[in-house]
Amino acid sequence: MKFLPLVWHNLLRRKIRTISTLLVIVFIFTLYGYLAALSAGFSAGVDLASADRLVLIHKVSLIQLLPISYEKRIAQTEGVVDVCHFTYFGGVYQKPSNFFMQMPVVPECLFRLYPEFLMPDAQKKAWFADRTGAIVGRSLANRFGWKVGDRVPLQATIWRKKDGQITWTFTIDGIYDGATKGTDTTQFLFHYDYFDEARWVARGLVGWYVIRVDRPEHAPEVAKRLDAMFANSPEETKTTAEKAFAQAFLNQIGDIGLMIRWILGIVFFVLMFVTANTMAQSVRERTNELAVLKTLGFSNGGVLALVLLESCCLAVVGGGLGLALVTVLTSGSDPTGGLIPGFILRTRDVLTGIGFALALGFLAGVFPALRAMRLRIADALRRG
Amino acid sequence: MTDLVQVTNLHKVFRRGSERIDVLQGTNLTIPDGDFVALMGPSGSGKTTLLNLIGGLDTPTEGSVVVGDERVDRLSAGRLARWRARHIGFVFQLYNLLPVLTAAGNVELPLLLTGLRRRERKRHVETALAIVGLSDRARHYPRQLSGGEEQRVGIARAIVTDPTLLLCDEPTGDLDRKSGDEIMDLLATLNAKHGKTILMVTHDPHVAARASRVLYLDKGVLNAERTA
Repeated sequence: MKFLPLVWHNLLRRKIRTISTLLVIVFIFTLYGYLAALSAGFSAGVDLASADRLVLIHKVSLIQLLPISYEKRIAQTEGVVDVCHFTYFGGVYQKPSNFFMQMPVVPECLFRLYPEFLMPDAQKKAWFADRTGAIVGRSLANRFGWKVGDRVPLQATIWRKKDGQITWTFTIDGIYDGATKGTDTTQFLFHYDYFDEARWVARGLVGWYVIRVDRPEHAPEVAKRLDAMFANSPEETKTTAEKAFAQAFLNQIGDIGLMIRWILGIVFFVLMFVTANTMAQSVRERTNELAVLKTLGFSNGGVLALVLLESCCLAVVGGGLGLALVTVLTSGSDPTGGLIPGFILRTRDVLTGIGFALALGFLAGVFPALRAMRLRIADALRRG
Repeated sequence: MTDLVQVTNLHKVFRRGSERIDVLQGTNLTIPDGDFVALMGPSGSGKTTLLNLIGGLDTPTEGSVVVGDERVDRLSAGRLARWRARHIGFVFQLYNLLPVLTAAGNVELPLLLTGLRRRERKRHVETALAIVGLSDRARHYPRQLSGGEEQRVGIARAIVTDPTLLLCDEPTGDLDRKSGDEIMDLLATLNAKHGKTILMVTHDPHVAARASRVLYLDKGVLNAERTA
C-alpha cells in the first residue's frame, strides 16, 4: 500500500498519454461488458432452464404440431408430475421488426410449471376469467408502454381466424415479473382455449409440451419412456431436457459465445499492445529514475514489482471503470428495450473481466518491468 | 578511529568492443569512521567508478571492498540492495530527485523500504528536512525549488535513514559558488556534528579544501594524499 502513491504519481506523469490509454481500456471493457451481457441474454434460456423440466416436440421438427390428446397420456406416465402445452403464434404488432414471443397457453398450468413468473393474485384471477385476455412480461410492457387494461392487436402470420380475419385483439390483464434477474419477461401469453376455438385450422393441435418430472435424476429415463410411448405413431416425439432444448434452439442462431470470444480475443490482443507501448515508453523515459531507486536500495524484484503494479493499476482502473459503466447501464434499464431477455452483466462476467484486467496489466507490464529489473545502476546513472 | 572503508587492490576494467579500459589499477584506500575525504582527479580518472564500487553500485574486476564489517564485493544483488538502503546515503551532482514527488515524498523514498509506519516515516522526513533547513519546502516539487534547495533535498534523502557512509558525487558541480558553499557547510556539519563519514568526489579545489583529507586519483591510480 505504501508504494501506491509512488505508482499513482508515476502514472500521472504524462497525463494525456495515461488518460488516452485509460480511455481505450475503458472503451474495450465496456465493449466486453456489453458482449458478455449479450451472451448472457442469448444463453439466459439455457442458464435458467430447470433441471426437472423436459420439452417434448415432434420428432421431425419443432414446427410440426402434436395432438392435444397426448397431454393426458403424458400426464399418466410414471415420473411425470405436471404437463403443459405451448404453441408458437408468430403474430406481428404494428410492424414485423417489433418481434417478441407470443404463445397460447393454459393459464393455471403456466403458473404451476413456471413459478418464477410472478404476478399479483388479482391480475391472475382477472386473466383466468377473461378468455380474450393476455399477460405480458415486465420488459415487454416497458418496451411498448403497455399497462393493464390496454387492448393490443396482433396480426397473425400463421393463424388466421375462422372468419378469415388476421387480427387478434387481446386485453392485457396482467404484467408478470421474474423471480430472478434473468427470467424471461419478454413474452406475450394468452388463453389456448380461445385461440383453439377461434383459429381456422389445426384445431386440437399444439406446438410442444413442457413436462415436470418428480426428480431431476429421473429426467433421462422419463424422456425415454415418453418417446417410446409415442413410437410408431403418426406423430413420433423427441423429448429432451429443457436446458438441452434451449441450447439446441440457441445453436440454430450460431455459437454466440464463440463469436464473442473471437471478437474479444482480437480486441484484447490489440489492447495489450497499446498498454504495453504506454508502459514501455514510461519505463524508457525513467531509466535514470529507476537507477536512482535502485541506488537508494530498491531491489531488482522491487523495481520489477513497481512497474508491474503500475501496469496492473492502469489496466484495473480502466477495466473497473468500463465494467462499472456497463453495470450501471444494464441495471438501470434494459438497453435492448426488451428485445433480448436477461441482458445483464453477470457476477461471473464481472469477475472474469477483473481477471482479464489483471492479465492485461501483467502481460503489458512484464517486458518493461523486466527491462527495469535488469537495469545496471552504474550504466544508467552514467547515461543520465 | 576504526576504519569504516577498506579498499584493497581494486581493479576495474571496462570493455568497449575489443578495447580494454583499465579504470582502476590496484587502488588501495582506507577511510576511518567519521572522516571527510575529498577525491579529486581529472575526468575519466575513475573517481565515480571508485565511488560506485564502494557504494555497491558496481562490482570490481578484482580486489575487495569492505565497508564496516561487510565484504561489499561479495554480496548478492538482493543483499547488496538491502545493505545500501541501510548503510549508504548517495548525493548526486544532478540531485536526481523524482519530479513527480514533493520534497517530502522524495526524502521519504528510502524509508519505504523500512518497516516504519507512516507516522514514523513522516517524523523522520521532517527531521531530515529540518537538518538541511528546508522544513518550509516540504510540499514543494523539485521544479519549484532552486538548484541549491534541490541538492539539500537530495542530502536530506541521503541522511533520512541515518546511514553510516555518505557518498557524494560532485555535490556542488551544478551549483553556483554561494549555493555550493551552503552545501559544503551542510556536509561539514553532518560530518562534524552528526558524525557522518563522507567520501566526496569533486573537481573543485575550493570545495575539496573543506574536507579533512584530499585524495588524488589519476589514470586509475591513487597517487597523492594531502591532509587538511
